[in-house]
Amino acid sequence: MVASVALLTSALAGCGDDSSEPSAGGPAQFSGRGPITLATGKDTTGTIQGQLGRWNREHPDEKVTLVELPESADQQRQQFIQNAQTESDAYTVLNLDPIWVAEFAASQWIDALPAKEFPLDKMLPAVVKTGEYFGKQYAIPFNTNAGLLFYRKDLLDKAGVQPPTTWDEMKDACAKVAKLPEGKSVDCYAGQFAKYEGLTVNFAEAVASAGGTIVDAEGNATVNTDAAGKGLQFLADGFKDGTFPEESATYQEEDGRRAFQAGNLLFHRQWPYQWALANAEDGSSKVAGKFGVAPLPGLDGPGKSSLGGLDLAVSKFAKNKATALDFIKFFSNEANARTNLKVNSSAPPYAGLYDDPALRRQFPYLATLKESLNTAVPRPVVVRYGDATAAIQESAAAAQSGSKSVGAALADMQRNLSAAIAEKK
Amino acid sequence: MSLLTRARPGHTASRPPRASRRAGTGRLAGVLLSPTLIVLGLVVGYPVLAAFRLSFIVSSESIDPQTGFKVTATSYGLDNFEAVFTGDRFLRPWWNTTSFALASVAIEVLIGVAMALVMHQAFRGRALVRAAILVPWAIPTAISGLLWKWIFNSQGVANELLGANVLWSSEGFQAWLSVVIADTWKTAPFVGLLVLAGLQLIPGELYEAAKVDGAPPWYGFWHITLPLVRPALVVAVLFRLLDVLRMFDLPYLLVGPRKHSVETLSMIAFEEMSNLRFGTAAAYATVLFLYIAVVAFSFVKLFGADLIGRGTRSPQ
Repeated sequence: MVASVALLTSALAGCGDDSSEPSAGGPAQFSGRGPITLATGKDTTGTIQGQLGRWNREHPDEKVTLVELPESADQQRQQFIQNAQTESDAYTVLNLDPIWVAEFAASQWIDALPAKEFPLDKMLPAVVKTGEYFGKQYAIPFNTNAGLLFYRKDLLDKAGVQPPTTWDEMKDACAKVAKLPEGKSVDCYAGQFAKYEGLTVNFAEAVASAGGTIVDAEGNATVNTDAAGKGLQFLADGFKDGTFPEESATYQEEDGRRAFQAGNLLFHRQWPYQWALANAEDGSSKVAGKFGVAPLPGLDGPGKSSLGGLDLAVSKFAKNKATALDFIKFFSNEANARTNLKVNSSAPPYAGLYDDPALRRQFPYLATLKESLNTAVPRPVVVRYGDATAAIQESAAAAQSGSKSVGAALADMQRNLSAAIAEKK
Repeated sequence: MSLLTRARPGHTASRPPRASRRAGTGRLAGVLLSPTLIVLGLVVGYPVLAAFRLSFIVSSESIDPQTGFKVTATSYGLDNFEAVFTGDRFLRPWWNTTSFALASVAIEVLIGVAMALVMHQAFRGRALVRAAILVPWAIPTAISGLLWKWIFNSQGVANELLGANVLWSSEGFQAWLSVVIADTWKTAPFVGLLVLAGLQLIPGELYEAAKVDGAPPWYGFWHITLPLVRPALVVAVLFRLLDVLRMFDLPYLLVGPRKHSVETLSMIAFEEMSNLRFGTAAAYATVLFLYIAVVAFSFVKLFGADLIGRGTRSPQ
């Protein structure tokens, strides 16, 4: 019983005053200078601390302290929300997953930023859009991410096929490779198909690659359409006809990466981080030097990727916001983005870096990544994103496992998404 | 006061005034216990009451079409409880919660008693066996959840051993089973430990007497061990029952959130809370709290668990 009390307590801890605030709507005031904090997920690479050190040496009176949050995105969101609900000034600058921006902006937990003061025109337009809500810039891209098609170059070369640009070409390539003696035990394609956020990403990509949308420009759910149906059909058929290995229904990023590195997958939809790990020469990867990357395939031509990444925002309840604004300018500038790419290969928001010859030599996938980012689509911008992603995962998983037809799954998804978007009665 | 009264020399011959002494002791006990009671009231009582109140707060949200800001209106009502009990979002998690409790507690009792009987035997290396049996229980649930997640991975040890390709972490009976297996592995030692404590209180003469009377060995287990170990066993089962009914971390880590075959009531309460529907979350938590309270009460009534330490009733 004590434990269920603990659960109740934690429910309470997240809950502050429920009363609504009258919407102010006016431009936020960025005044006050002094020490601030940067709240971000765990600094696993140690690069953030180094960059803060540089800022702190130059601004001894406006020092930035790093507040490290847990590695898991869900736990980060929880801490951000707790901080906002208690209107605490403990976090000044927030490093947000782009899917949270709408919720945080709508709840008035973050301030609209003066977009003109940032070099947004130098950044990839799709990435800049992730920080927008209701026509205002609420967050500035810190880094970005898009899915790529990793393929076994050695096997495709042997079968004499080019990297595919459509789903049908991909299935043909698989059929040809399967006839090779080396291709016997190699499965065709896998993405992140387990029932979690990764499935939302993969579903969104399938729909966008078939020419559909999940949410239209007015913010209405649009999944019960032919195009979206073709996208989901690709995911459902893949399991039915054996294009996707059965176990990929439980794959998250790392499961698929292990399968690809063990040489069990011909094609793998994955974030760029797999590049360095799959190329490791220490014996952990059987495919080092044997693979290439291409943009994701689609229905009639190249597909579209979902966007990942991180955006910087200013907490509404923070002090010293003038310093915060300056710090974001420094922290998200091109030089820092370059360092982050070099040190931990995180994709920069700046278009120019993708064409830098030195960087291209070091990261041969940059050209492909830029291509993917240029056409990438953000995941649906929904204030109640938690409900929206749950609705998507629910129906997509049901269609994949065959427990619901594609049509019925999309009808359910449409209904649940609309409910998540509409006002809650 | 009472202490002074007792110490007064004139009263030593006559019997001390019983009632007043008791009242005095009671007052002293009250004073000594009050810090504990206050702390308990703050950390247990207040959250329970506050969550109960919260479960009646109904909030509706809408987006201001001009600014895009969220507008929240709150009122009091029973809507949250209505939301809990309508639709399929109650029965399935309720049945998961209950079936986990029934299945894993039953298996844990069988294995736990067997473990206790083994640990109770005198043999070489007994200390080692005892330590080995207790290791799973010493591992935090979150860690053992991750360990089992690896074991039940599609390329994991479980599939390797079975020579099959079972997708443990996808929807279905196998996901439910994986939670029961992991929970049993983790907590059967706990049952074993409590039963062992009970076993060690049974005097050896009883078994000797049975032997002298020519009773077969199973007779000793059925008519001496089980009845005498019952009080300890009942406490163990009650603890386990309460523990499983509120289970959250093991299915959440092992199989994942929103998997309907393993979703428990605690997981739904958590899910509602992380989507900022604190009212419904509190309603779910309140319903779960009441359910656990009813189960605990009926269990104590039925089996007479000696929780408040009135002393073990002698077996017939």
